[in-house]
Amino acid sequence: MREVDRRGKYSRRIFLQGAASAVPVVAVAASAGLGIEDAWAADATTLTPATLKTLVKVARDIYPHDMLVDTYYITAIKPWDAKAAKDPATKALLEDGVRRLDQDAQDRHKVAYAQVPWEADRVVLLQGIEQTDFFKQVRSDLVVSLYNQEELWPKFGYEGSSAEKGGYIKRGFNDIDWLPKV
Amino acid sequence: MAKFDLNDDGVVVIVGSGAGGGTLGNELAQKGVKVVILEAGPRVELQDFINNEWESFTQLAWTDMRTTSGTWRVAKDFANLPAWIVKSVGGSTVHWAGASLRFDEHEFRGKSTYGSVPGANLLDWPITLAEMEPWYAKAEDKMGVTRTNNIPGLPGNNNFKVMEAGARKLGYKEVHTGRMAINSEPRDSRGSCQQIGFCFQGCKSGAKWSTLYTEIPKGEATGNLEVRPGSMALQIEHDASGKVVAVLYADGAGNMHRQKARVVAVAGNSIESPRLLLNSASSTFPDGLANSSGQVGRNYMRHMTGSVYAVFDKSVHMYRGTTMAGIIRDEARHDPSRGFMGGYEMETLSLGLPFMAAFLNPGAWGRPFTAAMEGYPRMAGMWLVGEDMPQETNRITLDPKAKDKFGLPVASVHYDDHPNDVAMRNHAYKQGAAVYEAVGATVTYPTTPYPSTHNLGTNRMSAKAKDGVVNKFGQTHDIKNLFVSDGSQFTTGAACNPTLTIVALATRQADHIAGAMQRKEI
Repeated sequence: MREVDRRGKYSRRIFLQGAASAVPVVAVAASAGLGIEDAWAADATTLTPATLKTLVKVARDIYPHDMLVDTYYITAIKPWDAKAAKDPATKALLEDGVRRLDQDAQDRHKVAYAQVPWEADRVVLLQGIEQTDFFKQVRSDLVVSLYNQEELWPKFGYEGSSAEKGGYIKRGFNDIDWLPKV
Repeated sequence: MAKFDLNDDGVVVIVGSGAGGGTLGNELAQKGVKVVILEAGPRVELQDFINNEWESFTQLAWTDMRTTSGTWRVAKDFANLPAWIVKSVGGSTVHWAGASLRFDEHEFRGKSTYGSVPGANLLDWPITLAEMEPWYAKAEDKMGVTRTNNIPGLPGNNNFKVMEAGARKLGYKEVHTGRMAINSEPRDSRGSCQQIGFCFQGCKSGAKWSTLYTEIPKGEATGNLEVRPGSMALQIEHDASGKVVAVLYADGAGNMHRQKARVVAVAGNSIESPRLLLNSASSTFPDGLANSSGQVGRNYMRHMTGSVYAVFDKSVHMYRGTTMAGIIRDEARHDPSRGFMGGYEMETLSLGLPFMAAFLNPGAWGRPFTAAMEGYPRMAGMWLVGEDMPQETNRITLDPKAKDKFGLPVASVHYDDHPNDVAMRNHAYKQGAAVYEAVGATVTYPTTPYPSTHNLGTNRMSAKAKDGVVNKFGQTHDIKNLFVSDGSQFTTGAACNPTLTIVALATRQADHIAGAMQRKEI
């Protein structure tokens, strides 16, 4: 049976930058006190790096896939910055949402949300805000913005567009080989 | 290419270009009748189809505002998307799976067969299987249905093979790759199936039948059919004698036009069709056109549906190949000993990764959900489709508040599951899981119904005018030159997919309309 190559399609360069950017990534990261892997957050215009990093953690806790590096969650969350820039209500929704989560985390664990060490404990905090507009909007956006990334599909064995490759008629549409004989 | 004048009152105006409207338009054109089809959507052609679920949805889906209510979960998860149907030339024949089954004999006699079911507004069709048989045969030939007309069945893909192996182990007997309107060999100037796997996104090989590239071009070639895309029908107008005379519609720029008509046929699928009749209310017809019975919009049926996905320890890659060429028919029989009236089909189904995330368990999150998603390459899946009970309170009404961009009330869709639907679904979930467990599934997921792809019953056929909206030819009881040509005609839903029956009815209706026009009855 023809298997699908599960290796993700991201390069190191894209990983470091998060999105296309003309600014020398290393310099910006260093000056903002961010680690090199946080450089993507420095590109943002409206939301703070801390807010964005928390949103990435929330995204992973909503849809945890241990086999996925942060890049996929970053790609999914980054567009919120542009939406917040266009709409003050969205900016407020996200900032208030993150602020409340961090407060709940402080009250219960004495650290900010992203620093609560066990996922299970962070999930309890998310369950606490499950009915809020903040959670509902972030989650319903994420189910598309995460799983609709083409680069992510091979990790789940999905091959995407097919017609231009001649369909599957010669690419294993019926090549299953482990079933008992009918 | 034909082009008819707005003031040409000799034309038949058809609202909608799908299985009903597209077929009726072509059949009339072949008989020399002049036809204008008003299609609300654009004309997206085969080469424009996209093998990407969300992009294709944006391109093809009907996303005009609708509201919902009732106990069905769709009202909570997808409050403004009660149905997944197509707004483009070809209607839902662009994105349908191709499953083409005939009703069973008893399914035309739901009331006589099932008797008095509390809460169910059952009624016998005013037409029998015997009367439908020649029209079914014509439709199967027209559409190129596999396992009819010497057309071989499609080859089974991985998803089918898993279901077939499990089905045989359980002792199911009627298991095969379906009666599909998808070419298994070249036919009717269309190529054969390339197992692309994006049937729901428009067939890029043209192997699957769709009015877009069959009925419509054939009709246009006669010089008697004009299709106007981007034309949203708003109201049907009538004269003092009560006969319909014109359709008011809006074009792509929002300008209003009035197309005169000798006959009007409504085929906008089961949400828009009753909406159009209700929005056409006048002082003569204060409850909407053709609504003396009060049944316009009522008896909305969407089939008992659900899915079962199962995960195995080895790869399946269920997305490879046709989305639905696979069926188990044993449970489609009527057998009340199972605890419900009517029956259901079990049909292979695959979703791509993006849609699986959205529809496996809407709103779910966390590890239980992501564990299921990580099973994707080892997943097999089936769709359960069966007869739901018509209930008068399941209905399309005009929303009291929400309006469209033309100031007209939008459709509001109310649906509650009937206990019979619930009992049938639970049985189907159990059987579906059993099929997969028989060949080693390690986990199974009974999946909630999706936004409705089968929408039926809202202008139903009846023998007596007080019980429904149209007669056995889809002619409204109240207005003899006003017809209904889509699935809203269905008196009951039967277990099977509706498209073959819609095409058969439309072919028969064309015969009737042409004859009645020739005899100057309309």
